[in-house]
Amino acid sequence: MSEFLEYSLLGLLSGGVMALIALSFVLIYKGTGVVNFAVGEVMMLGAYLYYAGVVTFKLSPWLAFAGALAAIAVLAVIVERLVLRPLSGQSAVSVLMATIGMASIIHGGVEAVWGGDTYTTPGLIPRTPINMGDILIPGAVLGNFALASVLICAFIVFFRYSRTGITLRATASDPVTAATLGININYAQRITWALSSLVGTVAGVLIASSAGLSPLLAGTALGVLGAIVLGGLDSILGAIVASLIVGLVEALAAGYLGGKTRDLVPYVVVLAMLVVKPYGLFGTRTIERL
Amino acid sequence: MTANPPIQPPGPHTVDSHAGMALQVEGVELSFGGIKALRHVSFAAPKGEITAVIGPNGAGKTSVFNTISGFYPPSKGRVLLGGQDITHVPVHARAAMGLARTFQNIALFRGLSVLQNIKLGGHHFMHSGVLASMGFTPSARREELALRDEVERKVIDFLEIDHIRHLPVHGLSYGLQKRVELARALAMRPKVLMLDEPVAGMNREETEDMARFILDVQEQWGVTILLVEHDMSMVMDISSHVVVLNFGEVIASGTPEEVRRHPQVIAAYLGAEQGTEVTP
Repeated sequence: MSEFLEYSLLGLLSGGVMALIALSFVLIYKGTGVVNFAVGEVMMLGAYLYYAGVVTFKLSPWLAFAGALAAIAVLAVIVERLVLRPLSGQSAVSVLMATIGMASIIHGGVEAVWGGDTYTTPGLIPRTPINMGDILIPGAVLGNFALASVLICAFIVFFRYSRTGITLRATASDPVTAATLGININYAQRITWALSSLVGTVAGVLIASSAGLSPLLAGTALGVLGAIVLGGLDSILGAIVASLIVGLVEALAAGYLGGKTRDLVPYVVVLAMLVVKPYGLFGTRTIERL
Repeated sequence: MTANPPIQPPGPHTVDSHAGMALQVEGVELSFGGIKALRHVSFAAPKGEITAVIGPNGAGKTSVFNTISGFYPPSKGRVLLGGQDITHVPVHARAAMGLARTFQNIALFRGLSVLQNIKLGGHHFMHSGVLASMGFTPSARREELALRDEVERKVIDFLEIDHIRHLPVHGLSYGLQKRVELARALAMRPKVLMLDEPVAGMNREETEDMARFILDVQEQWGVTILLVEHDMSMVMDISSHVVVLNFGEVIASGTPEEVRRHPQVIAAYLGAEQGTEVTP
């Protein structure tokens, strides 16, 4: 029983960080209708910038973290202006290809600068394990989860209550009408890309500081994509719930069926659930007007 | 002593006089691919009055609206708002210049409440920046409360939608959704309000309510109104000026009485039979 509890707890906790990655996808999909395949690479780049800040420039971890966030935000704004805005109005496939292209460029750039080795990243959060009865939880896992939860709650409050958040939601659901109300769509999309990249960077740094840093980190995001489809691509709440489910299933599969099944079982579950609910657990059912 | 020329009251419907015109469309041409949607369309909406754009389906009414809104750049001609050329002004910047509109298919933001939808109409005159309103700074908070107060006092009470202000919009009846959309446009404090089929799909009672609100907006707020509508009796009742489009061209304009008797208008609406002579 305590084994089950431990696996479940670890799964849910890692699901929290996955939810951040999911949020990064969902923000852009909701705001601009684009599935951004570069989320993983942005996340990885953010983590490498953090690593460079701490190890190369000898900054304190939190300062390096802030530096990485600032750099990624600036980068996101530049990419939105130079790559995505000229593509607005083009087919979804063109934009998707552009994001895949950006992913390759970032991936290649990171490997060129830092190589393919795995680095141990100084942690933001102490790794001291925490004893909970007979369950042992690594401190970083718990800390990551706490940080992810705080951030996600902040996002929910932001989107539900702040004027900017409501403006972004309005723009996401109907850009044309939003423009007639005086909302600058380009501005809204720029903020969306910046927010998404920031969330991705936080996820990247958290994962890297607890599990080590290598270009493989980018692949984590593609795995999360399955969870998002399960949650419904345009639902923040769905992304969170689905990430927790996938995290849980992953940990249970790895614990009981062996580490190799960890990548397999969750997606069988996702597939099975999608057959039943094709729009995801919380996704908007599109109604075609005839 | 030179005799002063007699002061002519500005003709209410003279297109070429800038004075007294809240909105002017001058020689606008618009084509999609090879299809000419609008051919040299010119008309003006006199300040503080209700002007209707009518015409059969496909005549170009919505194209005219979308050109004025700035969705379609005209290949020729220009659009003037209060005498100022806005042909190349971006869509979102027109809101701050006093242009507001509603849509044929209700364009409310699903998932937001009535109040949230209406408050978005005040977006363009909120000054606290994005970062400030993100962080809920005191000044942003004050601005927010002031907007809410104004919206509640002036718009929500005026349109009698007080009882539904906190409901999500997608559960409301069609007539109420149309009214909320009007409320959102009014929250923009417009000088010119464009209404795209404000009573389409409404029953008699809802239509009468809406017509009354439109008249009240014009009389009490002094807003210039431009509307596209199929309901002829309503158009003739409330408009002071009617512009008739057919196949992308203005075929007549004038007072409702003038337009009603215009042979081309009759032909366009009743369908001229082959060989029937309609003198231009």
